Amino acid sequence: MATAVRTRGRARGDVPLMDRAFGRWVRIYIPILILLVVTLFPFYWMLVTTFKSPSELFDFNQSPLFVRQPTLEHWKSLFFDSNFPRWTLNTTIVAIVSTAISLFCSVLAGYSLARLRFKGAGAMGWGIFVTYLVPPTLLFLPLTFVIRGLHLFNNLLALILTYPTFLIPFCTWLLIGYFKSIPRELEESAMVDGATRLQAMWRVVIPLALPGILSAGMFAFTLSWNEFLYALIFMNDSVAKTIPVGVTQEFIHGDDFFWGQLMAGALMGSVPVALLYSFFVDQFVSGLTAGAVKG
Amino acid sequence: MATLTERSTPSVRSQGLHRRLLDSERGLGYALLVPTVLILVVFLAYPFVFGLWLSLSSAELTNAGRFIGLANFKFEFTVDRPFLQALSNTFLYTGVTTVFKLGLGMGMALLLNQAFPFQRFVRAAALLPWIIPTVLSTLAWKWMFDPTFSVVNWAAVHLHLVGYPGPNWFGSTGTALAALMIVNTWRGFPFYGVSILAGLQTIPQDLYEAARVDGASRFNQFTHITLPMLRPVLLVVLLLSTILTFADFQVPFVLTNGAPFNSTHVLATWAYQWGVPGGAIGLGAAVSVVLFPLLAILVAATLIVVRRPD
Repeated sequence: MATAVRTRGRARGDVPLMDRAFGRWVRIYIPILILLVVTLFPFYWMLVTTFKSPSELFDFNQSPLFVRQPTLEHWKSLFFDSNFPRWTLNTTIVAIVSTAISLFCSVLAGYSLARLRFKGAGAMGWGIFVTYLVPPTLLFLPLTFVIRGLHLFNNLLALILTYPTFLIPFCTWLLIGYFKSIPRELEESAMVDGATRLQAMWRVVIPLALPGILSAGMFAFTLSWNEFLYALIFMNDSVAKTIPVGVTQEFIHGDDFFWGQLMAGALMGSVPVALLYSFFVDQFVSGLTAGAVKG
Repeated sequence: MATLTERSTPSVRSQGLHRRLLDSERGLGYALLVPTVLILVVFLAYPFVFGLWLSLSSAELTNAGRFIGLANFKFEFTVDRPFLQALSNTFLYTGVTTVFKLGLGMGMALLLNQAFPFQRFVRAAALLPWIIPTVLSTLAWKWMFDPTFSVVNWAAVHLHLVGYPGPNWFGSTGTALAALMIVNTWRGFPFYGVSILAGLQTIPQDLYEAARVDGASRFNQFTHITLPMLRPVLLVVLLLSTILTFADFQVPFVLTNGAPFNSTHVLATWAYQWGVPGGAIGLGAAVSVVLFPLLAILVAATLIVVRRPD
């Protein structure tokens, strides 16, 4: 306290170097360390759990934060005794295809709503926004009838077709912001030079909007990778499940929780999206700003 | 080269071009919306309307039932105790976590807006809880709150914060709800933080310089420059986050699934409980339909504030 009062009383140049370093620790480094411990500890806990033998898992007489005799048995049973590899394949297929469908639809819709003047454009924009009012929680029961009618239970198509209902509104909304930030004159001059509107869109607007499309694609991929409710309801066969559903259901038998496999599965299911974001975190932030500030 | 000669008669050409554009603009505008509208009608609008009908019916797992008027709603609001509890839990869960997510997110954004080493790493690491599949991180928390082997309790006991053995998190309604809120806040605040950070970085620095010249304190700079400039970002983030929290299924389903004694359900998990394991699709649909007017009020309120003319 005394230091803080003293430094405020003086001119900035007079503050002893030690005090300034101390101030930076208090204001920046220590809070950042706390932030990192809070956000990362559960992942550390998953990791140590996966290497503990059953006896060590349930022994809290010694510090549970470290592993004393690491074992790979949980990892082995995750990859060889469960359907985890199959769930990974399912999740990947669903995420990629539903992202592709959603990007296709929302690039077209976003361009149309951001650029073209036609009757009902405003209403359509509102309509797409209003779909936020109808989250999966509200739709999953009636959707079971639709999916049954189409004979799509335990079929990846059930997820591939339903995920776009929440991906398209999000992507469209984000892309409208992006398209609006591209000057109209660019495509108008392309059209004066003889390009049709579709050509101008394909050759001028879409290349310029590529960062936005990439962000939208990342969002969509992550949202479908992480989706739980529809997959829980529509996929009952073990081989048809996605990672979130398979891991939460098949390593729990009654009251027995197989924490080693559970945590190994949880960690493996998190790695792809975590990697994706660590490479594109700046892209992600700029996508967020385009959507939030301009949208 | 060719374009130059073409441009040499601008008045005639551009007039024709404009008319052609306007003519085709309408057709193209509709055509580009076709795929989106198709998907949204079949898998969103139709199920929504069908869900409204289901809520007024006696539908069960395999048969579509018949029209029974408002009987499902009457049952929910007068007989079904866990429903009323779920309704109030949903409000409490959304309200409390939103306050904490907003506060922690603001703190995180102000912190990360300063200059420090390994910025990219810190930002990516802090965002991690929001990115990875919610049910998977919730599983880790379930293990951390385990009745007998809770590492949270182990740490709290060793730091002498609580006496041995510490709270039985899922043993009473209060602590179970607290656990739900902790996990939801942990998962959600990084999104607030990163969005607000993005908003902070769009504020022109000269505003602060001008304020400093005029002698404004740090606190006054925050309330008179930072907060007003953040308004659009804050409202979008709040809107999205409140809707998603209000309709949250994943955290409550995996962490407590109502335990103890159906006292920690939220609307989403209670609708699932009736509709899927219970097989009473009509009742389940009625529970989830209750979400709709509540969400609509929430969104309308936010929009009224967003659209306030500047």
